[in-house]
Amino acid sequence: MFNILKEYKLEDKSTVGNLQKEIERIAHKIGREIKIMEVCGTHTVSIRKFGIHSLLPKNVRLISGPGCPVCVTPTSYIDHALQLVKNKRAVILTFGDMLKVPGSSGESLSAYMGNELVRVIYSPLEILKLRREISQPIVFLGIGFETTIPTIASVFKQVIETDINNTFLYTSFKTVPPALEVLLADPSNQIDGFLLPGHVSVILGEEPYREILEKSNKGVPGVITGFEPVDIMLGIYLTLKQIQNNEHRVENAYPRAVKPSGNSKARKIMDFLLKSADELWRGLGNLPKSGLKIREEYKSIDATIHFEFTDEYNHEPKGCLCAAVIQGKNIPTDCPHFGKSCLPETPIGPCMVSSEGACAAYYRYGVDRL
Amino acid sequence: MKIKNIKLEHGSGGALSRQLTEEIIYPILKNDSYRELSDATIIDYFVKSKKQLAFTTDTYTVDPPAFPGGDIGKLAIYGTCNDLAVSGAKPLFLSMGMVLEEGLSIEKLQSILLSIQEASTHAGIRIITGDTKVVPKGKGGEIYINTSGIGEVVFSHGISPSRIKPGDYIIISNSIGSHGIAVLSARESLSISSKIQSDVAFLYPLCEKLFTLQENLKFLRDATRGGISAVLNEIVSGNNFSIEIDEEEIPISDDILSISNILGLNPLEIANEGVFVAVVSKENKAKEAVNLLKDHPLGKNAAIVGRVTENYPGKVILNTNSGGKRILDFPRGLLLPRIC
Amino acid sequence: MCLATPMEIIKILNNERAIVKQANIEAEVDISLLEDVKIGDYVIVHAGFAIEILDLKEAEERLKLFSKLAEVKETLD
Repeated sequence: MFNILKEYKLEDKSTVGNLQKEIERIAHKIGREIKIMEVCGTHTVSIRKFGIHSLLPKNVRLISGPGCPVCVTPTSYIDHALQLVKNKRAVILTFGDMLKVPGSSGESLSAYMGNELVRVIYSPLEILKLRREISQPIVFLGIGFETTIPTIASVFKQVIETDINNTFLYTSFKTVPPALEVLLADPSNQIDGFLLPGHVSVILGEEPYREILEKSNKGVPGVITGFEPVDIMLGIYLTLKQIQNNEHRVENAYPRAVKPSGNSKARKIMDFLLKSADELWRGLGNLPKSGLKIREEYKSIDATIHFEFTDEYNHEPKGCLCAAVIQGKNIPTDCPHFGKSCLPETPIGPCMVSSEGACAAYYRYGVDRL
Repeated sequence: MKIKNIKLEHGSGGALSRQLTEEIIYPILKNDSYRELSDATIIDYFVKSKKQLAFTTDTYTVDPPAFPGGDIGKLAIYGTCNDLAVSGAKPLFLSMGMVLEEGLSIEKLQSILLSIQEASTHAGIRIITGDTKVVPKGKGGEIYINTSGIGEVVFSHGISPSRIKPGDYIIISNSIGSHGIAVLSARESLSISSKIQSDVAFLYPLCEKLFTLQENLKFLRDATRGGISAVLNEIVSGNNFSIEIDEEEIPISDDILSISNILGLNPLEIANEGVFVAVVSKENKAKEAVNLLKDHPLGKNAAIVGRVTENYPGKVILNTNSGGKRILDFPRGLLLPRIC
Repeated sequence: MCLATPMEIIKILNNERAIVKQANIEAEVDISLLEDVKIGDYVIVHAGFAIEILDLKEAEERLKLFSKLAEVKETLD
């Protein structure tokens, strides 16, 4: 594998094994069932990819959180994008993650890839390249949290500053700290600790979490965690240690990447283009100041202003438990549709359709099926 | 008159069709039976030799039609030959149907035909019948090819999941992931440069080596669409045994690992066109199989990656590099770059 | 939502762009979200952008912690 992973033993079997023994020791001392929430969808995938569950004692339960941009994007967003391609009003550029999400009619954008009205890109930088090749208006589906938002803002800053026409941004930008606040404020919530998203933290630093976690009445530890096997085991170990000692601090277990003050240049670029706004989270509802929208002075790139979207159907499919799942209140197997009518090929709710949704991860990697 | 692009009339059976076949296709494919121009070509071969016949078909729609390391022509020949090879048959004859999109450049077509000719010669097969149609612009991805193949069964012990038993060994014939990455890199407007070439290759010589293992060879399948994961899951599906593999043992280059990391792809789900999975009984036979494969340039990185077990019926289990254990599910959906 | 990977800076093109490498894979990334990037730095790359420079001294410290952990485990066993 790569030098850096080898050199710093980030995938090392024996280091993972040592952390596993420590985790077992502390979990045994704590005794009761402990629920740790991994906030970030990429953690959900990494944890399963590395088989972390098989290394944890039975009383340590990892539950998925709302940090899955696809899972929390309302159906109406997809419906609006579909409207654009059906009426041939624009070419949609999107990250691959959104391609198979069904709108309210069950249709997804993937149907329109054949005639190139929908194209998948890996980086927002490709918008600038493709702008030179495509003659029609372009709408980029800007979804993501604080890791991705600066990259999109940077490209659209360029679009504005170099007077590129006919290129629009349709935002579905959400911020993590307000979601944590909602989870903590919920009295029925039984989360004992958080694995905080490592790459969102690269941008935000430690402070935004401190304000929420340490000042909350609930007193829950939050450990900023990286994404390699050793990083994840370390994050779990440190969370358990805090639980054992009744601490509720924000701790940085990913210091090689996360600086205490985060990346201020990235935050400045977000601030240039975007302003804090109330945002609708599928499953959590309308959360105040939890999203970022395009500032008035840049309305020339705002897809919602240029295209005047209509019809907002945001009904949840009957019986779908995704909203409860992303809050950690239910696990996928509690849902009546899971594994029966709701499958990765025929998803009913967003938790199954997103490759990092809890239900998709459960089904595909079999947390409890082993 | 020099025609630069395919027209609808090239497919309508008239003068232009004849011109396409006589002046563009035949000169490149150069085959005795082709000069016959009859509607059906008769095969004496099996009637005389009384050997058992294997028959397969596949259709190729790869986009873009040309990618690093090959093109749809090479793929259409080797792909179908490989299907015969992993069924225990020596490939002998192919049919070839082409659907061309109006506007396809003749130059591009000729380049693909040349690949077809080279691949056929290398594989020692003859294209004995074929057909060409043209569809209007916008109705076909430049060129689609169907090849149906006939081969002579040379491995008589049977190749089937029903012969697989707990204790058998799982072998991967070479490094994985090249074809899918090569096609993806040709398609995307990425700023990622890699020298990764498709591994599209004629696998019969490799399979032939494994036939010498006789009844110890239980199963073969090439890991095309859906990669290694698809093959392993197909093997266990509906059966009461499981497959457990060690991530550490899987042959994969650092470059493929790197691109998979960057784009968020699972290397075990990426398509290959020069790799197969073999199931062999007994440890010494499995080691022999790996040595036989390694002896050939197309099997340089062959490795035993796991075993058939009884512990998790119907499932494929991966023992991860870091010591964990998890299920390796069927690939689902398209292989797309992710940010999450 | 955080898929990112460490890559080494091998060439700086200008204030905005650099070439990074992992194994034999090279990519052009945007470095405008960072200050003072140097050749030899390892950066975290997300969606074609370098979002932070890795502090390998911290990784080194962490490594020492892990070997301490291994020692503790041995004394406990």
